[in-house]
Amino acid sequence: MRIRRIRIVATAALAAVALTLGACAEDTGGGTDTGDTGNAAGTIKEGLKVTFLPKQVNNPYFDTSDNKGGKPAVEEFKGQYAQTGPSEASPSAQVSYINTLSQQGTDVIIIAANDQDAVCGSLMEAKTAGAKIVTYDSDTKPECRDAFVNQATSEGIAQAQIKLISDAVGPEGGEIAILSATANATNQNAWIELMKTELAKPEYSKLTLVATVYGDDQDEKSFQEAQGLLSKYPNLKGIISPTTVGIAAAARYLSGSSYKGKVQLTGLGTPNQLREYVKDGTVKAFALWNPADLGYLAAYTGAALASGIITGKEGETFTAGKLGEYTVGANGEVLLGDPFEFNASNIDEFNF
Amino acid sequence: MATDTLVKPARTGSAGPPGWRRLLGSWDAILILALLLVVLVATATIEGVGSPRFYRFVVLEAIPIALIALPMTLVIITGEIDLSVASTVGLTCSVLGQLWYLGVTSLPVLIVLSLLLGAVLGAVNGVFITVFGLPSLAVTIGTLALYRGLAYVVLGDRAIADYPPAWTQNAVAPIPGTVIPWFVLVLAALAVVFGVVLYLTPIGRSLYAIGNNAEASTFAGISVLRTKFWLFVATGAMAALAGVFWTFRFASARADNATGLELAVVAAVLLGGVSIFGGRGGLVGVLAAVALLGVLRNALQLADVPANALTIVTGTLLILSVVGPNLVRMARERLRRRRPVTTPLERTSS
Repeated sequence: MRIRRIRIVATAALAAVALTLGACAEDTGGGTDTGDTGNAAGTIKEGLKVTFLPKQVNNPYFDTSDNKGGKPAVEEFKGQYAQTGPSEASPSAQVSYINTLSQQGTDVIIIAANDQDAVCGSLMEAKTAGAKIVTYDSDTKPECRDAFVNQATSEGIAQAQIKLISDAVGPEGGEIAILSATANATNQNAWIELMKTELAKPEYSKLTLVATVYGDDQDEKSFQEAQGLLSKYPNLKGIISPTTVGIAAAARYLSGSSYKGKVQLTGLGTPNQLREYVKDGTVKAFALWNPADLGYLAAYTGAALASGIITGKEGETFTAGKLGEYTVGANGEVLLGDPFEFNASNIDEFNF
Repeated sequence: MATDTLVKPARTGSAGPPGWRRLLGSWDAILILALLLVVLVATATIEGVGSPRFYRFVVLEAIPIALIALPMTLVIITGEIDLSVASTVGLTCSVLGQLWYLGVTSLPVLIVLSLLLGAVLGAVNGVFITVFGLPSLAVTIGTLALYRGLAYVVLGDRAIADYPPAWTQNAVAPIPGTVIPWFVLVLAALAVVFGVVLYLTPIGRSLYAIGNNAEASTFAGISVLRTKFWLFVATGAMAALAGVFWTFRFASARADNATGLELAVVAAVLLGGVSIFGGRGGLVGVLAAVALLGVLRNALQLADVPANALTIVTGTLLILSVVGPNLVRMARERLRRRRPVTTPLERTSS
């Protein structure tokens, strides 16, 4: 973690410029709201109180996004970082923490909402108290926050997975299959449709999608479905599993079978689940967003809001330290970027 | 004849000075002092505690717990328990949300239907416990799962959230001129009703008798089963009222609403000095305990105490709540035994 922070500081040239400028400003935080006066120079105020409110504490994913992404960012712009939240992922418990934050005069609340509606009332009260609200990971209704930092678009997710399976299978191509979650999961189906669109492109003409099966996000069912795919399609070259449960189950099956290394596997997973399978060669690479970058961008988005650099309107731009320049999209959305690729060379940097 | 000694804890009003003196050493008094102490210390040391907004948030959080704690106090005094209350809240929220979704747009109708539903759910508990003679612990663990399951049948993973803004704003609207939510007045009125029943009516006295010795109470002419049945109905209806408040406060009806709330309620009731074995305790202590837990939680949260440490604090308080009243009682009894027989306290109280 320390090494990481040093690296981040070293690469934060843009932020350094912003900081020197910011140091001249007379502000020391404390919850003022100059958001409406505008701040064309794009300098982030010092001393901003930025608090992350994840779905729950003690969750490795959010510890990565907050402590390894958000915290270094807040330190870069000389703010006060904190992470707080309930120990269980319930909306009502989160509301209690929002209320606490609005009483504490927090400048920026960065929240992963447990319920897009239930936290709204208290977020509105916090806004009235002068806080800027940024959602990350899970959005609320748009009117309840100032900006949403979106980890990835459906298009980005679909493109990344097709590219990964194509790279893993190699130039000869061949038959591939998808191991999904449940048959009526909205996001899964959206990704599958977009993957089919992607497969229709000429560069992927050698890949043929032969089956889509559903493991219902249950470990055992996913395991059996992976097994079934290989007995039914002996020429299968690769499996895409865009669900963390599915990819882990399929990896476990492949790794213990004779297909290990011959049938490629990729999809959306987490490093802790797949570390051993990346190291034993079952999985060459898989995708997800980088939660640390997500937290980092969310912190800068909140700071930009609280400093009046942006107000959450479409087309506004701001600089997010080492990640560079971002533009606010429709409905106050800020898109992190393409999914992040995890492979043998970087997987040990992550713990979630 | 036997009832007079059985109902001792409830009868503080009968004698003047001894009753008052007994109150000073009572668990109720300790709780109220603890509450005042926590408020004073926290206001002095933690920024934000003591402001009107602080109390607004504490009250908003405490309302559902207190609403259910009122009937739960009576239930536990009779030696029973109802663990299905949070699931009753969840099922009420779900049905309320679904009815709105299906086009029932009259708020009074929605509220009345919700309360009826709660009463029916409570009656189901009551029937199993009084007609079939099953232990309430087992029955309500069963309905805890059953009612939550039904909530998922009604709503699945949907959330119904598109209520008229006036409804959701009114649920948390303050009393004019303050920031304290008006709904606390509903709670206060209901607390008075439950207080009158418990302290000033024969029914109330009979609850202590039932908790101390159900068999003897039956012989003394108390209709134990009927009393218990209606207590469970009342608990269901109050949980449903909490569900209505919950739905509009959070503007969101979901099947998992209020999961785990039963533990917060039982914790407050036990910390309030109600004996889990029945026969002992009262509403004053319970309401003080709800306030104490609420203030403590919010104050510690403002002091940036992490969630993990908060649960440890609540857990310790709970253990204290079970051990504490017993220690106080034992200490008092020992004191009394040591004193000469001529003490005025001794003379009137025994």
